[in-house]
Amino acid sequence: MDLKEKLISSFMAFESDVDLDHPVHDIRSMAIKNFERKGFPTKKEEAWKYTSLNGLQKIDFTIFPKETNALEYKDVKKYFLHEIDTYKIVFIDGIYSSYLSETTHDGVDICLMSSALTKPMYEAIIDVYFNKIASRDESLTTLNTAFSREGAYIYIPKNKMPKKPIEILHFATGNEATLLLQPRNLIIAEENAELQVIERHQSLTTNEVLTNSVTEIFAAKNAIVDYYKVQNNVGTASLIDNTYIDQKDKSVVKVHTFSFGGNLTRNNLNFYQNGEYIDSTLKGVTILGEKQHVDHCTLVHHKQPNCESHQDYKGIYGENSTGVFNGKIVVDKIAQKTDAFQQNNNILISDKATINSKPQLEIFADDVKCSHGCTIGQLDENALFYLRSRGIPKKEAQALLMYAFANNVLESVRIPELKTRINKLIANKLGVNLGFNL
Amino acid sequence: MAYTEEELKKELETKEYEYGFYTDITSDTLPIGLNEDVIIAISKKKEEPDWMTAWRLESYKYWLEMVEPNWANIKYKKPDFQAISYYSAPNSKPKYNSLDEVDPELLDTFKKLGISLDEQKKLAGVAVDIVMDSVSVATTFKKTLSEKGIIFCSISEAIKEHPELVKKYMGSVVPQKDNFYAALNSAVFSDGSFCYIPKGVRCPMELSTYFRINQAGTGQFERTLVIADEGSYVSYLEGCTAPSRDENQLHAAVVELVALDHAEIKYSTVQNWYPGNKEGKGGVFNFVTKRGLCEKNAKISWTQVETGSAITWKYPSCILKGDNSIGEFYSIAVTNNFQQADTGTKMIHLGKNTRSTIISKGISAGKSQNSYRGLVQVNSRAENARNFSQCDSLLMGNECGAHTFPYIEVKNKSAQIEHEATTSKIGEDQIFYCNQRGIPTEKAIALIVNGFSKEVLNKLPMEFAVEAQKLLEISLEGSVG
Repeated sequence: MDLKEKLISSFMAFESDVDLDHPVHDIRSMAIKNFERKGFPTKKEEAWKYTSLNGLQKIDFTIFPKETNALEYKDVKKYFLHEIDTYKIVFIDGIYSSYLSETTHDGVDICLMSSALTKPMYEAIIDVYFNKIASRDESLTTLNTAFSREGAYIYIPKNKMPKKPIEILHFATGNEATLLLQPRNLIIAEENAELQVIERHQSLTTNEVLTNSVTEIFAAKNAIVDYYKVQNNVGTASLIDNTYIDQKDKSVVKVHTFSFGGNLTRNNLNFYQNGEYIDSTLKGVTILGEKQHVDHCTLVHHKQPNCESHQDYKGIYGENSTGVFNGKIVVDKIAQKTDAFQQNNNILISDKATINSKPQLEIFADDVKCSHGCTIGQLDENALFYLRSRGIPKKEAQALLMYAFANNVLESVRIPELKTRINKLIANKLGVNLGFNL
Repeated sequence: MAYTEEELKKELETKEYEYGFYTDITSDTLPIGLNEDVIIAISKKKEEPDWMTAWRLESYKYWLEMVEPNWANIKYKKPDFQAISYYSAPNSKPKYNSLDEVDPELLDTFKKLGISLDEQKKLAGVAVDIVMDSVSVATTFKKTLSEKGIIFCSISEAIKEHPELVKKYMGSVVPQKDNFYAALNSAVFSDGSFCYIPKGVRCPMELSTYFRINQAGTGQFERTLVIADEGSYVSYLEGCTAPSRDENQLHAAVVELVALDHAEIKYSTVQNWYPGNKEGKGGVFNFVTKRGLCEKNAKISWTQVETGSAITWKYPSCILKGDNSIGEFYSIAVTNNFQQADTGTKMIHLGKNTRSTIISKGISAGKSQNSYRGLVQVNSRAENARNFSQCDSLLMGNECGAHTFPYIEVKNKSAQIEHEATTSKIGEDQIFYCNQRGIPTEKAIALIVNGFSKEVLNKLPMEFAVEAQKLLEISLEGSVG
């Protein structure tokens, strides 16, 4: 049985487990119908031209893990940003772990999607926000919607700010030989609210794991959202991340994506600017080796005047890795005075690495400033020679230049401890110890 | 600023198509529709050898299995391929020895186009192969060229007289089944130009050909084949204007360039087919496949000024097969009213040390949509490939759109690729700067538009640049200058 059929038949089993009378269930039923009609995307679709899901579809994924698993904090401590105090929403094989988590309802709601979807007190909010910005057409998003049950639910009311950053962690223990996870997150920042989120997916063994995640983020007027995605999973874990962001007047949303690990990673990052004077930032550092494949597919839709967007993706590709950047900026007719910028710089360090880049602009307004730049090149020979002539070994010199290359993205990370952590990850990935942090 | 832009827009809208006249020459037109019999009839009418007829039929077979491409960023009513007449030739097909023998009415047509033959002959020294409704009517300067061993004639003549060259190269760059329109063209092409430059010869003059669609309801399917043998050089000009017609006319041309070792081909196009009226009615559908093949150290340079056509679907490409070969693409695309253009280039780097440059300027006004679509591909064996791409768009008015779809695929670490694109309107600071220095706003806009496209205009051969500027004026500058 192929994966699509398996998922569709699993939906019935899933239905016996959830409240069929809940309004959300209509959304789920609609979604599974859409997925049934569309199936998995193929390379024939323009958005999936450079990324194939064929390999993943051959794997017989377990959709519902049988037992709940426990983990000791000391075993997984290194995956947390343990240097500072954070709120934590932790899932083990898709199931919430209250033992490892630290949630709150004190002024702000940092808790679970499953409670938001079942408890009557959340019904009004779910009605307003759930599945409102996520695509009802894109097949993988609707697949997630159909099985949406668990994930993080964060609600920050007007003028509030949680005391500490929020970490969302997904562990796969490997108790199942294969595992398909479909977390669904909903993050709402009301007027003047501010929050920081760090999301990470971690597999603890080399068993096959596929995560198809959907996150909806709503930033109301003047809200500030900082979202960090740390993708440093093991080589047998694949991730399809679908993030949809709705921004209102003067809100600021920044998404940083750090992709170092994983087998196949696809980031669908969609920004919709439904207000004026909005600032959207999308940044990413990708460093790959082996046969890794990362595909950044971004969309910034400027729907109102006077907004800004900044995109900056840096990629370093080694060994047999493949990088894809598929960025799109759409400027509607009424979105005058838009300032949109998109940049994609890539370095190939191996003969077998491939980079496919497709930065697109679709502009319907005349009084705009839109530009994009894309480069593919190598490390500067002169700079390398300069460093080596001063006694810095080749490997370190190369790493130094790569650090400099990625620094633009790193410097806008606002949690210092996270920055240090990312620095370490980069050093690890490049296999050097520079003995300093940027 | 707002005032002049308003005025400019108004002028643009009301500007009528200046070249919209209809030459009343009795034509010999085939009944409408397409089937094997029509293809055989075309082939017979043109007195072609059997192998050509077979080649056409083979293409037709491929075409039947293909579907129209719909990935381009254009919207239009698909043409009904059975409602087109596939052959139209001026009736009295004369073979002129001198210009005096040419039908005066025809000569008049060219005068209206602003390129009277004798003027060109005298002033520019350009040999013109005029294609009017698909059949080559007059070829000048043939003698001067033949002294150097250069063959410059219509493709139908070449099929008869130089079958070995045609057989070898036709379809070698754009195969019959390359795409829907290329297959259609291969099946029904009516005429076109053929050019062969022998080894080591530098063509002493610019070769030029003019296409016009005259008869209503006829599709224009011309086929151009340019072969530059080792170490030769040729600069080839192609211009297109079509008279005013209300229904959409189909134009599906194929251009193949072959640059052998050390050869250089410079191919310039000014395209000014009828763009439709200001309500978006009528106009030419321009679906063109243009491609060049570069062998070792060869160079192909495409320059195009696209001001006409209701719909343009055109991607002049270079296959950089040989080591050290160079591909260039310079383009200005101007769209106005309801015109839609999806144009760009493909640079396929196969050989070592290959270089390519892409400069594309898009100007959209009125309610038009202008897209750049380009591919830069570096294959794993193409060491030290280098590409620089720049795509700039200028928007005039808030009802038009400018789009950029660059594809960059790199499989070699020594490649150096740069791509940049900008979209903007004419900056108020730029206007202010000019105003400050006593240049009125209208003049300033003209100056800026001119400066915006200069990079490409400069690449055109002298004689052609004047013509191109004239077309730009008609489309945009005339109304502001």
